[in-house]
Amino acid sequence: MEEGVYRAVSGGRIALQRRQYSASCREFSVRCPRLQLRSLSAATCSVWLAAYGLFVLSQNSMVLSAAIFITLIGLIVYLHFVKIDQESLLIIGSLGIQMTSSYASGKENTTFIEMSQVKDVVINEAIYMQKVIYYLCILLQDPREPHGVSEVVPLFQSSKPRLDCLVEVYRSCQEILEQRKT
Amino acid sequence: QVLHSSRIAIMVLKVFFPSCCATAESGLLIGRWIPEQNSAVVLAVVHFPFIPGQVKQYLSEVQRVTQVNMCVLGSWSNTKQEKEEGLDKFLEDLSTIFSHEPWIQLNKERDSKVWSCCIFKKYPSSPKEDEFILVYYDQRKVMLSQLHPTDNLTASADHKGNDASKLGAVFDTVSKSKVLFMIDRYDDGPIKLTHWQSEGVEASIIVELLKQASVPVCMLLTFLLSLVSSVCKSRVLKFWPLSFIWSKLSTCEQLGHRLEHLQIISSNRKAQNQTQLMRKANIFVSLLIDMALGILLMSWLYRENRIGQLADTLIPVADHIAKELQDLLQWLMGVPAGLKMNWALDQVLGRFFLYHIHLWISYIHLMSPFIEMILWYVGLSACLGLTVALSILSDIIALLTFHIYCFYVYGARLYCLKIYGLSSLWRLFRGKKWNVLRQRVDSCSYDLDQLFIGTLLFTILLFLLPTTALYYLVFTLLRLLVVVVQGLIHLLVDLIDSLPLYSVILRLCRSYRLAAGVKFRVLEQKAGKPLRLLMQINPLSYGSVVQTYRLPTYACYPKDSWSSLCKKLFVGELIYPWKHKGEKQD
Repeated sequence: MEEGVYRAVSGGRIALQRRQYSASCREFSVRCPRLQLRSLSAATCSVWLAAYGLFVLSQNSMVLSAAIFITLIGLIVYLHFVKIDQESLLIIGSLGIQMTSSYASGKENTTFIEMSQVKDVVINEAIYMQKVIYYLCILLQDPREPHGVSEVVPLFQSSKPRLDCLVEVYRSCQEILEQRKT
Repeated sequence: QVLHSSRIAIMVLKVFFPSCCATAESGLLIGRWIPEQNSAVVLAVVHFPFIPGQVKQYLSEVQRVTQVNMCVLGSWSNTKQEKEEGLDKFLEDLSTIFSHEPWIQLNKERDSKVWSCCIFKKYPSSPKEDEFILVYYDQRKVMLSQLHPTDNLTASADHKGNDASKLGAVFDTVSKSKVLFMIDRYDDGPIKLTHWQSEGVEASIIVELLKQASVPVCMLLTFLLSLVSSVCKSRVLKFWPLSFIWSKLSTCEQLGHRLEHLQIISSNRKAQNQTQLMRKANIFVSLLIDMALGILLMSWLYRENRIGQLADTLIPVADHIAKELQDLLQWLMGVPAGLKMNWALDQVLGRFFLYHIHLWISYIHLMSPFIEMILWYVGLSACLGLTVALSILSDIIALLTFHIYCFYVYGARLYCLKIYGLSSLWRLFRGKKWNVLRQRVDSCSYDLDQLFIGTLLFTILLFLLPTTALYYLVFTLLRLLVVVVQGLIHLLVDLIDSLPLYSVILRLCRSYRLAAGVKFRVLEQKAGKPLRLLMQINPLSYGSVVQTYRLPTYACYPKDSWSSLCKKLFVGELIYPWKHKGEKQD
């Protein structure tokens, strides 16, 4: 198992873990920076200060309980649906490729693509706001047209590693994908 | 990529092994070998002692019944200590008795998680070592689960061979082999198997009782339904006024819809495939919930004389609506919003509509002693379901606002007439004419008196336009309000009708039965030993469950797009915005 520290497109630090289970099975996990306590406290304090200000103006205590409610619900929704802690890619030579996203609340979202559907794994460029970024994606085979691509599945969408990290993952994946064609 | 047999890669052999057999005693592995995908699906383990002839006979019988190509795949040994010499020879002898290419030999030491596998091939085709992947699967869950492929896969399901989904084949194999799982360890047969049901077949008493009871109940229900439908289809109800009323009332449509549902459930034919079974179950649960909610509503309504209170407030509400309409008309007859109307036309239209309202109020007052009784009996029909109660509510609203509908029709017809007259006379004003034969505007030379009268009429109509337009606008807005309220009620009824509650509850409680795919987890590895993976079922998301299993309804959706609706409103055509499926286009 090897671990390396890289940077994401936004500038934050991310960690890449590589594991080789067998000759044709490898796993890559990218861990995003965790939820910071200071940003959480800053958000909570600002919401409550605003609510207290409204309370002073309107003298209605419902505002305060509504603010607490909103903070709790917002935090739960954020942890369960928005904040992704870790994204991993498991590639098994003759079975397929599996992508997992783990959220901060522990929920895991998994997608498995069979090897017969995978055409290739490539690094693509994209225009994102004012930048041009690189991202790794899986090209799916079009069943009707042997040379066509039916879908492009992007990987590591929320951690967005930079090119150096992507090249590592790309090289490893290509070694395994070559085995099925030789 | 199609893998030709002439180009050999590092051939990876995949063995799908049921996790319930991991603790089984030594024996033979039986299952299905899929050569295109180089994978073996193990279904059960046959224990020693056995007679090879009987094993072969049993396998051919099972193959005949299930249409699955079952055979002996290899041997399985679960020993306490290291390999014994005698066991090796014995296992080799077995491979000659049950010839299968390739012969898989799995060895496990007791209390150890690590397994070792060997493959014996008569004609080793590649000099490289074959790689081995062991995939554990939960046999019961895979057997009961139903794979929902995405659109990509359904298109490729037509292709045979390598393009077919590998996992689909595995799921298929296990679910078709139910006959194999009927023999348990305590049967006195010649074959002793280990699989997920080898401890004894499980069943639920309640389910069995329901199955036994459902046959007579279904027959009774079918008989009653045939009576009801024959009454409905009888000639008496087909005469013109009655059939017109039935088609307009949404209650009758809803009742007909529910009758259809009941017929589907109570039919004697067993469901052919999974989709039909889910549909039947969804209809059943939907009917049950509907009736439960309806009875709840009924119990709430009939308590504390609420029906009487409702009847008492109904007449004052109708009176109030009529009074509001009268005030509105008085306002229109005066100086509405600062606009100056044509006094004569205003008075005529205003008095015409006021007289109508007066008639309407008289009829309502005539019916007032019977309202409570009618409401009481109509409320009883809520026990047929909440949807029926909502449809009745929508019909009552339609009946109570019938005068608004009448006013709208009068206003719209008048306005429409005016607009057509204006457009035709405008053409005359410019010296053109509508050619009916060629469906286009042609120039035409008119006589002087034709032109004179035409221009006069045109001026009159033009100056009377604001008055008519204002009446039309006011009544159209009122009518649209009523239509929107009715539309919302119908949307709610549609929601209750089409929501597949059984599928949603199944997804909640037994999520492995609705599978979107699978997920793999890598188990503890040891160098030199084969790769071990655990295959688990990835359930469908709730959105896709609702989308896949939605019940078809007589959907009420807007007939026209916004632009055509606006055009119709401008010209004065009558609008009926909600279209029912199956209704002829007017």
